[in-house]
Formats: sequence, C-alpha cells, structure tokens
Amino acid sequence: MNFVAWKMLVADRAKYFSLIFAIAFASFLLANQISIFIGIMTRPASQILDVVDADIWVMDPQTLYSDEVYALRDYDLYRVRSVPGVEWAVPLYKGLGRAKAPDGKFRNVILLGVDDATLVGAPRKMLVGSIYDLGQPDAAIIDKAGFRYFFPGEPLQVGKTLQMNERRVLIVGISDASAPFQSFPVLHTRYSQALGFVGRERNLLSFVLAKPVAGLSTGEVGHRIEAATGLKARSNEEFSWDAFRFYLRNTGIPVNFGITVMIALIVGTVVPGQTFYIFTIENLKQFGALKAIGVTNRRIIAMILLQAMVVGATGYALGMGMAAAFFASFLNYLPTRGIVLPWQVMAGIAVVVLFVVGLASLMSIRRVIVLEPAVVFRG
Amino acid sequence: MVADGIAVFSRDVTKVFGRGDTQVHALRGIDLEIRLGELTMLVGPSGSGKTTLLSVITGLLDATSGELVVLGERPTALSPEELILFRRENLGFVFQQYNLIPALTAAENVAVPLLAGGVKRQQAVARGKELLATLGMAHRAHALPSELSGGEQQRVALARALVHEPRLIVCDEPTSALDGRTGHAVMELLSATAVRPDRAVIIVTHDARIFDFADQIAHMDDGRIVSLEENRKNGALTNGLVAASETWSLAEPDARSYTTTGD
Ligand SMILES: Nc1ncnc2c1ncn2[C@@H]1O[C@H](COP(=O)(O)OP(=O)(O)O)[C@@H](O)[C@H]1O
Ligand SMILES: [Mg+2]
Repeated sequence: MNFVAWKMLVADRAKYFSLIFAIAFASFLLANQISIFIGIMTRPASQILDVVDADIWVMDPQTLYSDEVYALRDYDLYRVRSVPGVEWAVPLYKGLGRAKAPDGKFRNVILLGVDDATLVGAPRKMLVGSIYDLGQPDAAIIDKAGFRYFFPGEPLQVGKTLQMNERRVLIVGISDASAPFQSFPVLHTRYSQALGFVGRERNLLSFVLAKPVAGLSTGEVGHRIEAATGLKARSNEEFSWDAFRFYLRNTGIPVNFGITVMIALIVGTVVPGQTFYIFTIENLKQFGALKAIGVTNRRIIAMILLQAMVVGATGYALGMGMAAAFFASFLNYLPTRGIVLPWQVMAGIAVVVLFVVGLASLMSIRRVIVLEPAVVFRG
Repeated sequence: MVADGIAVFSRDVTKVFGRGDTQVHALRGIDLEIRLGELTMLVGPSGSGKTTLLSVITGLLDATSGELVVLGERPTALSPEELILFRRENLGFVFQQYNLIPALTAAENVAVPLLAGGVKRQQAVARGKELLATLGMAHRAHALPSELSGGEQQRVALARALVHEPRLIVCDEPTSALDGRTGHAVMELLSATAVRPDRAVIIVTHDARIFDFADQIAHMDDGRIVSLEENRKNGALTNGLVAASETWSLAEPDARSYTTTGD
C-alpha cells in the first residue's frame, strides 16, 4: 500500500509542494537564524579560545567580559607571577585602535599586544608569514578579513603598511584569527609595540595570562590568584561564557533572533501541520473506502506516517540545502565570516521537523481512526 | 442453524440511530434470507433503510438487536480487527459514487483489495489489468478516474469488487449516477460476471429499469421489508410487480408519494 500512499500524496501537486516548501522554508529560516545567532554570540568566546597556551585569564574585578576591559596596573603581573602554583604569567593587551590604509581609509581595529618574549596569545593559524616576524620593528599581523578590508582585491601578502597613531604599521603576517564580535579587523603585535600604536592609553595591561604548574587544576590556581591578589581569575571556558552571557543579557540580539526563530517555528509548525491535516481530511472519503474494503487501521496509520515522513524529509533536506548554500556563499563576507551551520543545529531542526510532521500525522491519524467506514455509502 | 446455501440470514434485525428524542429507527425488524448464487435487490424509497441494512450486513455498522449471520459469521461477534479481515476476504463493494482513488490508475484501483491482502504491487496491478480486460476496459487500464466516464468508473469499481473473488458483493445504487443505457450496460455486466453459484450479490436500487436482473426483490419501507418477490428466471417478474415498480420509479425520489403495501 506504500505506493498508494505516495501517489495520494503527490496527486495534488500544489498542496504537495506547498507542504514541502513550508517545511523547507521554516527549516531554512531556523537553520539560518540559529546558526548566525550562535556564530555571533560565540565570537567573543572564540577569540578567547584562540589563546590556547594559557589556561587562566586574570583581570580587574570590574571587567565583566572580554570586550570591555578595565586595565590592571603593571605590577599586577608580578603579583600573579608570585602566587604559588603559577607556572608562568604573561601580559596581554586588548583594546581598540584606529588604523588608516594608504588610500586614507580608516577603520577601528582590535589590537592585541602579546608578550614580547613568549608570544603567548599570538595567532595560532597563520595564512601568510610567521608569528616570529613580530620581532621586527613596527610589525603586526592582521587577520585575513582585515587585510581584505584595507587592501581589497590584492593578493594576501606581507610588506603592506597601515598607519596607527601617526605610526607606520608593517604587516608581517596574515592570520586566520576568529572574527571578533564587532567584526573589526584584528591586529596582533608585541606588547611593547602596542603602546606606540594606541598611544592615548596610560595603562596597557588588560589581562594577565597564566598557566598553573603541572598537577594543579585551573580552578585551584585561579582561586589562589584571587585570594592573593584580589583580582579576578577565570578559566578560558568561564571567561567565554562570561562574554556569551553578557551579550545575551545586555544586547537586543537574543530578542531579535528569538522573534525570528519564534516566527519560523510558528510558521513551520502551523502551515505544514494545517496543510497536512487538510490534506488528510480531503482524502477522508478515500480512507473510508479503504477501510470498508478491508485495509486495517494499522496499514492506514503506516500510510499516513509514510506521507508525513516523505514530506518532512524532503522539506528538511531542501531547507538544509538552502541553508548550506547560504552559508557557503556568505562564509567569506566580512560581517558573516566564520559563521557555519553546526551539525547540532541541523540535528535540532531535524527533531523539530520530526515533531511537526509527527504532530500533524497524529491529528490526521486520529481523524481517520475514528472515521466510520459506513460513510462510504453516503453520497 | 443457518441452512446451506444461505449467504445472509437475518431475523428481526433492528438498527436505532441516536438516543432519546432524536432516535431514528432505521431498521425495525428485518427478516431476510439471501441465497448464494442469486442476485437480491433491495428496493424502496429514500430513507427506508436500504443503505443501513447493507451497512449492517457488511459489518460497517452494528445491528442494535436481532440475529444476523453473514457467510457463517456473526458480525457482532467479531473483533474490529477480525471484521476488517472478514470484509477484506469475503466482501466486494460497489458504491453509488464509485469511490475510486483519484490518484490511482484504473488497474491500480482494481488492485486495491489485493494490495490490502498483501499481494505484491506488480502482481496485483497485473491482475487488475486482466480483469479490466474481461470487462471490456483493457484500453482504459492506465487511465485515471478523472479521465473516465461514469459508466467506465463504475466498471472499474465493479472490477475492484470482483478482483479478490469475494463470496458476497454489495452494491449501493450502482446505476443511479448513470444514464439509463449506461446503467443497463453496467447491470448486464454485473449480473454476467458477479453472479456465481458460490456467491451472493446484493444490489440496493430504486432504479426500476434494472429490476429484471433480480432473482429476489425485497421491497423496503420505513425500516421494514414490506414484500418479497421471488423470480427464478430473470425477466419473468409478475405483471403486477412490474407495474408497481414502474409507478414507484416514476415517483422517485419523492419517497412520500410511493404507495406502499402498508405497514
Ligand atoms: N448515521 C446515521 N445517523 C442517524 N440517522 C441515520 C444515519 N444513517 C441513516 N439514518 C437514518 O436512517 C434512515 C434510513 O436511512 P438509509 O438507510 O440511508 O435509507 P436509504 O438508503 O433507504 O435511503 C433515514 O431516516 C436516515 O435519516
Ligand atoms: Mg441509501
């Protein structure tokens, strides 16, 4: 009877396609919105997680998250280094600067100053050049998106210059740094160099990055640092979550995305659910005839479930295809770079689609089960 | 015990719809025997209970009271699941509105009872085509119902009722949606192909033009069988009955003007 179910389903082309498109559209919208939301909301975290060498971020107790930093005093670095259990500790500058391209183009950039000696916090993934070239005078590494912004159409190459604070910035490398929340270009330089590039700030010590000695946990050493210095110590993970929570609470982003996701959910549930139900109701007479002829309820349930699964799977596949195409074509745009379609989102949407078609077929099945086959004799 | 050769045995069968003030006594005590190898017609005005009787006989509705044996089974004694299997194996249906599945071709529609019984698609559809060919419909086997005339659709429906070789075929007003000539042709086909010694055929109709095909005619009115006419040889109905039928046929579908032989 499976081919009968299939033929019944596709007989009404218009309804069949509107069913599939409703599900495809809803799953595309969900995939798109949730992925962009996650992509943007995890940007601060991915920047933090880009720093792999250190395990502990030490900061001023007033610093709530990674993009708004109260500077430490220089001697805080030594206080952290003197806490028992700290293997090593290095400074990190993180701040905003303004860079000017040779053609006069200005843009805010995120400037990271990494420890001169160890380069802890320097980009992990280099596309062109090496982090060790940071040792040159005025040297900086720019991220790929930033390079594309300042030097559009030019091949990725070292030797280009920018200006910051009336100073030459020599590009010695191009990194694949994670996109920051504000989607500004990201520049890495030496800690001692950073002052020259930003100038106006008196104090550069944004964070102290520390490593616990072998055998001691991050949490334990973090507690010791807090107790000894009165500063705040966070593990990479905690600090990522801090940023995530901050943007969640203090921006309109979750509301915006939330509304779109709600609409997608409602449209994606109501439209296909309703259409599928109406489809079954319109075929009720046919199901009645099948019941009279001797098709069991179980068989009919299987038919309806098959119809629902075909619609759900096709719509879902189409929606994911659209989402994949979307992300593939927007992956390299500056504002959306690095935003991908996580498999968890795909799996989540599969569950949603399954739920929707399951609900719709349940309602339909109920109608068909209670249907008196005697209706077949009525005109 | 029910005698051999009896397909349907009914004693004092009643059917009441609803309860209280809105109660409808659709069947008020039906006594009827339908023999294998015969074509029995149920005739009578609208609302007299013909369709209800068919529904009760086929187990689509439960009788309210009385004794009913169909092909040796009491429908009320069967579980819903058993009842469906019973219908699938033993009953063939022809409906007034054909009730074909619009998405399926003629041959596929014919194959439905076989498919329901678990026969593979190819085999079932091939059998459907064969049967359509014997009904003069070979050239329409791949047509959709919407591409068929009313007469052709009813032939497909007839083939669907025959394909699994059931022992009882029930038809509710099979010709009333067709014009006279087409209806007559369908009836000829029906009586030629459906009636067999091991099978009973019940046709509900108020189409007097087809009465000649009957071996037995049960006249119904107000939930009762008001007269029973036997006719061992088709076409040899008594003059009186034919006259009565024609009067009534002219009066249809206004049931009130039908002159019954009393309650
Ligand atoms: N499901 C039902 N509920 C209530 N009344 C019904 C139902 N089916 C039939 N009836 C009533 O039972 C009577 C007999 O109907 P029916 O068997 O359809 O007559 P016929 O087929 O001879 O025209 C009518 O009065 C009709 O209104
Ligand atoms: Mg009727």
